[in-house]
Amino acid sequence: MIALENHLPVLQVVVPMLMAPLVVLLRPRGLAWAAAAASSLMSLVIAIQLVAGVLSGTDYSYALGGWEAPYGIELQVDDFSALVLLLVTAASSIALLAGKASLDQAIEQHRQPLFFSAWLLVLAGLAGILVSADAFNIFVFMEISSLASYVIVAGGTDRRALPAVFKYLIMGTIGATFYLIGIGLVYMMTGTLNLADMELRIHEVADQRPILVAAGFITVGLALKAAVFPLHVWLPNAYTYAPHAVSVFLAACATKVSLYVLLRFDFVVFQQNLLGHELQFAAFLMPLAVLAILVGSAVAIYEYNLKRLLAYSSVAQIGYILLGASLVSIGGLTASLLHMFNHALAKGALFLAVMGLAMRFAQLDLRNLGGAARHMPWTAAAMAVAGLSLIGIPGTAGFISKWYLVDAALDKGIPGLALVAVIVAGSLMAVVYIWRIVEALWFAEETENTPQGVREAPAAMLALIWLAALANIYFGLVTELPRELATVSAESLLGHLP
Amino acid sequence: MEFLGIYHYWVFAVLLMIGFYAVVAKVNLVKKLIGLSVFQSAVFLLYITMSKVSGGTAPIFQKGEVDQIFSNPLPQVLILTAIVVGISTTALGLGIVVRIKEEYGTIEEHEIQEIDRR
Amino acid sequence: MNPQLLILAALGVPLTGALLIGLAGRLNDNLREAITLVTAGLLIACVWSLLPLVYGGGRPGVELFEVLPGITVAFKVEPLGMMFAALASGLWLVNSIYSIGYMRGNREQKQTRFYVMFAVSLAATMGIAFAGNLFTLFLFYEALTLSTYPLVSHKGDQKTVRSARVYLGILISASIGLLLPAIIWTYSVTGTGDFTAGGILRGHVEGPAVGLLLGLFVFGAAKAAVMPVHRWLPAAMVAPTPVSALLHAVAVVKAGVFTITKVIVYVFGVDFLFAEPSSSWLFYAAAFTIIAASLVALRQQNIKRLLAYSTVAQLSYVVMAAAILKPLAEVGAAIHMLAHAFGKITLFFAAGAIYTASKKTELGQLRGIGRRMPITMTAFTIGALSMIGVPPTAGFVSKWYILAGAFQADNYVAIATIIISTALNAAYFLPIVYMAWFEKDNTPPDQAHGEAPFATLLALSITAALTIAFFIYSAPAYELEAQLVRWAP
Repeated sequence: MIALENHLPVLQVVVPMLMAPLVVLLRPRGLAWAAAAASSLMSLVIAIQLVAGVLSGTDYSYALGGWEAPYGIELQVDDFSALVLLLVTAASSIALLAGKASLDQAIEQHRQPLFFSAWLLVLAGLAGILVSADAFNIFVFMEISSLASYVIVAGGTDRRALPAVFKYLIMGTIGATFYLIGIGLVYMMTGTLNLADMELRIHEVADQRPILVAAGFITVGLALKAAVFPLHVWLPNAYTYAPHAVSVFLAACATKVSLYVLLRFDFVVFQQNLLGHELQFAAFLMPLAVLAILVGSAVAIYEYNLKRLLAYSSVAQIGYILLGASLVSIGGLTASLLHMFNHALAKGALFLAVMGLAMRFAQLDLRNLGGAARHMPWTAAAMAVAGLSLIGIPGTAGFISKWYLVDAALDKGIPGLALVAVIVAGSLMAVVYIWRIVEALWFAEETENTPQGVREAPAAMLALIWLAALANIYFGLVTELPRELATVSAESLLGHLP
Repeated sequence: MEFLGIYHYWVFAVLLMIGFYAVVAKVNLVKKLIGLSVFQSAVFLLYITMSKVSGGTAPIFQKGEVDQIFSNPLPQVLILTAIVVGISTTALGLGIVVRIKEEYGTIEEHEIQEIDRR
Repeated sequence: MNPQLLILAALGVPLTGALLIGLAGRLNDNLREAITLVTAGLLIACVWSLLPLVYGGGRPGVELFEVLPGITVAFKVEPLGMMFAALASGLWLVNSIYSIGYMRGNREQKQTRFYVMFAVSLAATMGIAFAGNLFTLFLFYEALTLSTYPLVSHKGDQKTVRSARVYLGILISASIGLLLPAIIWTYSVTGTGDFTAGGILRGHVEGPAVGLLLGLFVFGAAKAAVMPVHRWLPAAMVAPTPVSALLHAVAVVKAGVFTITKVIVYVFGVDFLFAEPSSSWLFYAAAFTIIAASLVALRQQNIKRLLAYSTVAQLSYVVMAAAILKPLAEVGAAIHMLAHAFGKITLFFAAGAIYTASKKTELGQLRGIGRRMPITMTAFTIGALSMIGVPPTAGFVSKWYILAGAFQADNYVAIATIIISTALNAAYFLPIVYMAWFEKDNTPPDQAHGEAPFATLLALSITAALTIAFFIYSAPAYELEAQLVRWAP
């Protein structure tokens, strides 16, 4: 076991990546799903071991193929990556386990092996981004996960997914290419691709213009991938028309992985070295974050399509994550990372509940969901619980990160008060859009569009929906795990500041 | 003539903008993809350009030669990977365009929007 | 039983009850209501057996877990909370009896949900009463808002849902927008939110910031309905009457004034606040609310809306008394919570009984109703006298203490406010009483009716009796609450 323990970082990528081509061969009914779910669960187990490892202080550095950094490709897992790895693998596992029935509806039997293969490639790509410490390697994994996610988003029956995916593909590729230009420029000036090595060498050339340009390209490119306002336009439709299980998976973690790269790159490589970068970073991201919160929430208030409403809420929530980071303080970063975790819990649970509703309601329009709670009280209740967490009601996970965020903003004095006002306004708008959902489910009359014979979601799906909903309450009261990971990560990210 | 001395970077920049323009301005989805390819190719050129060392040759040891100057092989290797990524993207994009044509009967962006709005 | 367990039981009993009620609801209505009554009885047993200990000066507490460093879910019983818990639990039993009569009499829908959410609301109320720090208080404060929402929107039609939206919108917005920032502010300057005798803010904030922070707390705790955040209370009147009676005359609204009083006594500290001029606005805001709400009440035609505005005014009595910032006034504030509860719940019970028996909801329909429903109207009269503050009713006792506190502070504005509002109270309650007893009945013969169901009559007789009993024997309450200020240095 000792030997295997050392290989955990690479196994995190290798397991789903090797399973992907095998899954294609599994033609018999349901087998592809079973294999994908099993390997996703195995990834989750590996991620849990990694989390336990980093919490006990293990340093996971892995020289791929035995080639030492900076010449070889280095894999590295620290608290930050372990936190996001946990999110990604958990989201994938629960989406696969709960999504069986929903995916059977959306994807024809003979295409399922291909679909699940692509799903595993997304997982492998996301995991690869998180374990890699090499800038170019991150690009490659980013493209693996993106290309595969275009496939799974377009995998359903809704034809409107196709133009949505096309837009996603164009914007995603532009983002990745920007990132590629950025690391090309950095490589040109420093001759290294290893992040840690880059940090040391970039210092000497920090005053040169290509480095500044590189910082711009990398930040904008990753912001595109992370759907930072106003580069978010690909996100709402892609989430809305994707198969519901895919929405669960991607909404919970995909943009967060890009944010992870953004934070890691900016804090580890640029922050210490570029004169005034701290200010530029904050000045660039903070207004965008504020706008994201306000505009995203405002659009969500007026949206009728349930999934698109939640997608716009995601745009706003990405704003909270960025807002915390743009404070460039321990408190702010901790809040930001905690919110990554807590928002994934809330949004994951919400989309799971949406998947449950979609089993019975073909149209996820708020005006057509009347009577849903009467026939599916458990699903509707889970959605309400997750919604409360998204608002940030005390006793739920969402409250914890809001608390940290407000606390960190208050540290900034008078401008901080303005930020608090923005956070509060965002939360109040969340009350409005969540309550529109609650009212639509619980109080609206049934319409002629209400399908006949609506009953509760399948038991297995319901159990997992509630598992996710209860996780929101559990992590709202017992906060030690995410808090410790977030605090340590924030400290290590900020440790790179002078 | 500093301007001419870095002309290959100008080529990179101009190609990049041509590609970007096509992606943004064209309504035909295939033309958008062509623009995207041009956009990516520009970046390939950037990498190749930066790896060039004056007087350098291909990085292959030759018997008897000493003090050889090689071009940096690493960016070339990187860009091989990036080319593969680019091809995959284009292929997937074209695949999606074919599906859109099947479903909507058109590959003009505004016409698709028109159909969806109905 | 040891006090720690009792505190947890006070939360656990109603929650367990809620679960059992939910399960029993599918089987049998009688079983469901029996469980409600048993749960209420058990809750009384738990809460009241803490009384002697707290009366004797004990301050039992229990800490559950740490949510964030320095921020815990913890309970600590002190006189104010003890009284609030004892009051709410006691009246829940009476109210449950009433609910059975009312809900059956009106053939309400979704009765199981009603009883379940009622039990959950009571659990939240207990959490508020026993909260040992600001965070815990806030946790249960929000839980109370959310658990009462289904009760307010019980009817489920468009009008009700719209009103319930106002209810939730104001309460949630104020608590997230104002109360939460105030709490985070307190934690971040003092590093703690524990309720401590003498306050925790002294030396951490000063000048106008004190007034601002106080404002965040007072308007954030919108349940106290200080104008202009009072609109939710009339909106909440769309709920079934038992909900208006227990929750919107006792538990929810008292949770608001309780929060404010507790913050003044244990977070700011009475003396600290008295010495800080920027905090004096609170007194005037409360005085204004008393007069303004009474004036609005004068113009109401709907019985429940009139009672709601009367509640708004009466709540501000408590806030104003607390804001006088003198020991006797603080005691008066605490006692008024109690006294108003007895009187107002009686009035609501009577209004609900009238509705159940005759479907009458407007004042004009009450002519001569005293002869058809003598028991109900006797109780109504007692409640109305208590609101005005006429002896021998509970309202007199608390007004006495508040006035005494006002004299202690030489606060003539407070004295004038009390006198004017007493006159206004009389002006809108006495005509109803007169109309009911002495005017000619104008009910059409085909709508003839008698008294309401027995269960409702029993409940309103009990509370009317309590209103009078409290006038005769209020010493224990006074002595318990006197500890509130004897503590303060």
